[in-house]
Amino acid sequence: MASLPPIDTPSGATGAGAFDVPAEREGGALFEYLLRLGDDALILGQRLGEWCGHAPSVEVDLSLANFALDLIGQATFFLNYAGEAEGKGRDGDRLAFHRDVLDFRNCLLVEQPNGDFAQTMARQFLFSTWQRRLFQHLAASADETIAAIAAKAVKEVTYHAELAAEWVIRLGDGTDESRRRMAGGLDWMARFVPELFEADDLTLFLAGKGIAADPTLFRADYDGEVHRVLAQAGIEPPAGQRPILGGRRGHHSEHLGHLLAAMQFLPRTYPEAAW
Amino acid sequence: MVKQLAHVPVKGHEEGVWQILAAVPDPEIPVLSVVDLGIVRAVEPDRVLITPTYTGCPATQVIERDIRAALDAAGFRHVRIETALSPPWTTDWITAEGREKLHAYGIAPPGRGAVHCPQCGSAHTQEVSRFGSTPCKALWRCRDCAEPFDLFKCH
Repeated sequence: MASLPPIDTPSGATGAGAFDVPAEREGGALFEYLLRLGDDALILGQRLGEWCGHAPSVEVDLSLANFALDLIGQATFFLNYAGEAEGKGRDGDRLAFHRDVLDFRNCLLVEQPNGDFAQTMARQFLFSTWQRRLFQHLAASADETIAAIAAKAVKEVTYHAELAAEWVIRLGDGTDESRRRMAGGLDWMARFVPELFEADDLTLFLAGKGIAADPTLFRADYDGEVHRVLAQAGIEPPAGQRPILGGRRGHHSEHLGHLLAAMQFLPRTYPEAAW
Repeated sequence: MVKQLAHVPVKGHEEGVWQILAAVPDPEIPVLSVVDLGIVRAVEPDRVLITPTYTGCPATQVIERDIRAALDAAGFRHVRIETALSPPWTTDWITAEGREKLHAYGIAPPGRGAVHCPQCGSAHTQEVSRFGSTPCKALWRCRDCAEPFDLFKCH
């Protein structure tokens, strides 16, 4: 927790929780870390899929659906690999569709509701800007599979980050109404940014082995990029918010359960269903 | 009666395997084969190495199935299909023949210079949407002949 800005964080909200999985062994730690990477992508991909057929224009509809596809592709690779690391015969589908909410390890940012288009783009901008830097680091991971997935995905994530930044600027620098909505979206999402830079024991353990990336290393770069884009958008960076953490330990907002209910309904009801 | 297919060892038949794969179309851009697209990385005695184009490309599974069917039909049932992610696929791997086929089909091939309209050849073009009908394409239009067209994105 030393990596976080000086904030008033109750220890109960971030300390060891009832649902923590012990990860003394390297295999267990790797499994946990891969769940984090895979669940971030899976949950945001599912969220973006909710826009399909509802976006403001057909071009935006296509772009959000394509983001979702990229993310679900990432999730497939990471969760399949997580299943291998765990060694209990679970594959990516099993992990995606047959775990309960307390077992998910995604950050809280990605499970936040879509809200309006501005809120969705605020979330995308804050997440993709982070994920791009994370994958740039992970492309040099000592774990060959993680490095290969990250090197492949970073090309797509760069695109996500650029497009989301363009929308933050266009809406922020648009009408009073569009600026109000973008500022509101950023206000909603900013509380969940500190969690992205949380370097807990598990991350530091794996970073020490060259497998994981310590996110504190690119915090300054991230903040610089966010401030640059917000300045261009004419929006004051949200300040004075109380950070909310816990997703990495399975402490989720109420929104995730509803998302999983929609996502998991079919495979749980008809476990043998196939295309 | 079960019809037994002969096992054909690949060794010495690599060229033949490449020809079989060159006849397997990409499901989303059927004018291109999986070889034209640079999806096939290597043909070895016991395996064919393929690579996905985009991380989330929904055609990936169909491509693997189609390659499997083509190999089986030619008697290469024992040849495994394996996926390699690294190094990541790039549009630079699309063959010269593939680029010509794209252009003839009405899709502007990926490039780093000006985008030329595949209909009239004009460079007076503009982007309509960065995302098109598939993950690999962007939507453009020609400002001379006014035709909309797909651009295969540089990746």
